[in-house]
Amino acid sequence: MKSMNKTLLSAAMAVAMTTSVAHANVSDDKVKIGVLADMGGVYADVCGPGCVTAVEMAVEDFGGKVLGKPIEIVSADDQNKPDVGSAKVREWVESQGVDVVTGLVASSVTGAVTKVTTDNKKIALIAASASNAFTTKACSPYNAHWTYNVVALANGTVKPMVQSGKKKWFFITADYAFGHALEGVASKVIKSEGGEVVGAVRAPLGTTDFSSYILQAQASGADVVGLANAGADFVNSLKTAAEFGLTEMMDVAGLLVFTPNAQALDPAIAGGMKTTTGFYWDRDAEAREWSARFKERHGKIPAMPHAGAYSATMHYLNSVKEAGTDDSDAVMKVMKANKPNDFFAKNAYLRADGRMVHDMYLVNITKESERKTSDNIFNIEKVIPGDQAFAPMLPECEFK
Amino acid sequence: MATFLGINLFALSGQLLVGLINGSFYALLSLGLAIIFGLLKIINFAQGAMYMLGAFAAFLALQYLGMNYWFALIFVPLAVGAVGILMERFLIRPIANEDHLYSLLLTFGFALVLQGLFTHWFGSSGLPYAIPDELKGGTRLPFMYLPNYRAWIIVASLIVCVGTWWMIEKTKLGAYLRAGTENPALMQAFGINVPLMVTLTFGFGVALAGFAGVMAAPVYSVSPEMGSNILIVVFAIVVIGGMGSIGGAILTGLAMGVVEGLTKYFYPEASTTVIFFVMVIVLLLKPAGLFGKEA
Repeated sequence: MKSMNKTLLSAAMAVAMTTSVAHANVSDDKVKIGVLADMGGVYADVCGPGCVTAVEMAVEDFGGKVLGKPIEIVSADDQNKPDVGSAKVREWVESQGVDVVTGLVASSVTGAVTKVTTDNKKIALIAASASNAFTTKACSPYNAHWTYNVVALANGTVKPMVQSGKKKWFFITADYAFGHALEGVASKVIKSEGGEVVGAVRAPLGTTDFSSYILQAQASGADVVGLANAGADFVNSLKTAAEFGLTEMMDVAGLLVFTPNAQALDPAIAGGMKTTTGFYWDRDAEAREWSARFKERHGKIPAMPHAGAYSATMHYLNSVKEAGTDDSDAVMKVMKANKPNDFFAKNAYLRADGRMVHDMYLVNITKESERKTSDNIFNIEKVIPGDQAFAPMLPECEFK
Repeated sequence: MATFLGINLFALSGQLLVGLINGSFYALLSLGLAIIFGLLKIINFAQGAMYMLGAFAAFLALQYLGMNYWFALIFVPLAVGAVGILMERFLIRPIANEDHLYSLLLTFGFALVLQGLFTHWFGSSGLPYAIPDELKGGTRLPFMYLPNYRAWIIVASLIVCVGTWWMIEKTKLGAYLRAGTENPALMQAFGINVPLMVTLTFGFGVALAGFAGVMAAPVYSVSPEMGSNILIVVFAIVVIGGMGSIGGAILTGLAMGVVEGLTKYFYPEASTTVIFFVMVIVLLLKPAGLFGKEA
């Protein structure tokens, strides 16, 4: 009897201890998520307010509470400026108790922000940036790069084209970090597949008229013109390419095309063009179900960063629950140990270097006849398994 | 192929022509600004937003009214001009007697509000607008393929630019206008309604931006940022041309298009900077601008 009492007592104490441990381990008695994005500038449609909506949906679907503590969301506009973004995140993590930061669009901003999050041991769930630096030269045990990166874009779009005999490439590149990274990675893929880069022009960000560059591309004798740019630069360069008859002479490959950018183009111009994406709303029933809910709240179909922001937030919250704490090291361990699996993340796992490896999709932009509604933007041609899409891990970035 | 000093002359001719096309577009854009700036002494920072408004109006007219490109080319500038008239009457006139800085700040703020509203309503990615069927396709020149729409840009810009220049510099109406801005009190005494003339001139200058917006819609991205991207360049062109000189703005627009085009060929990285470089040199050597009257 005595020993029975003793067992009961110790069991009760253990229960009491674990609950008190769980309480003590959620900092400030809440889990706070910061969403940082360009809210009103060129990339607002790509993530922006839509990413806030996606994170809100994740929190609601999760139940609004984790480990008995409320989940809060704060958001801010980084104006695509690294100094603005990193100052905001510093304020969030140092004095407002923010535990995790997501959104994160322009690679330059993300570069500055992830320094702050890493210094403060907070997790950054990168939903929209393209650069592969966050899991290579700027890798950190606190980064989780979720949606896509330049390597996946190049492997997805460029490799099959070179293999099909389109050996000579010319690049029209946005003249800043992202464009250079994309061109560099794509050139490597071309060379490794036995192709060659016959020329490249670096067009300043925000160039309105690309006709001069299109003429240079036409004169280059290339098989393919790769557009290593995004947003309005992509739209302007493709419009001009079509106008000058370039699209009839050579193939044009858009290396980064978000659904809203494709919607901004006349299907007569963009129809049939191949590109690679990390998500498409109409892929399967699960994706359609989530996307319909997103559209109902946000008014537009989700672009890949929106789906990525939801998926990353959900995986984070699940991991907090399992870890029994919001301590970043413990949560990240669980995030890497458990495989995310939802409407976005297929055959997915978060690698030790912080790269979320998952299926990517080679798609083509729909032609006029295929566009039943203005939301039918892509046809999925092929699923690219994650291990083929993303580059292998660097040994120095293998965080345990 | 013909070469000179290692430069492919065929390629160069193509670049020159493309530069000239862009130049005529710049001329069209700087014309409205030069009129408002030169005649009314108002620094209208909302001119870029009005250009954006013109492009969006063309899109909306097509989408909701079924109005095609050619009708848009006539009606959109009128609508945008009307916005300009309201803006002058209710926003700018109350501060007309203040320092020029006030109207600069007011129009700048107005432009930001307009840009913000359009981003809110239509998103930041832009909207599609097709080239009208009549102008699709192009002509194969010996050295390049010239799209018909680009040829049309040159023709339309030249007609509008020369017409406007002629109206202001050579007609009686233009003479009233120039006199009215030079000495409003005297012209009022002669029975000319100067405030009405100022309002209409402002409206006309803004309408030109709307016209340029419609011209741009088929070939450039129709997005809320389109105006702010191009406005500063156009301001530089007006400054290089010389404030108050309509002809100067037109010629400088053409010349800067060519200069920028050649830069895009020889050193693309500097193509967005080269016009400002020219501006610095011109201001150092001839502070009133190339065609401006010395103050």
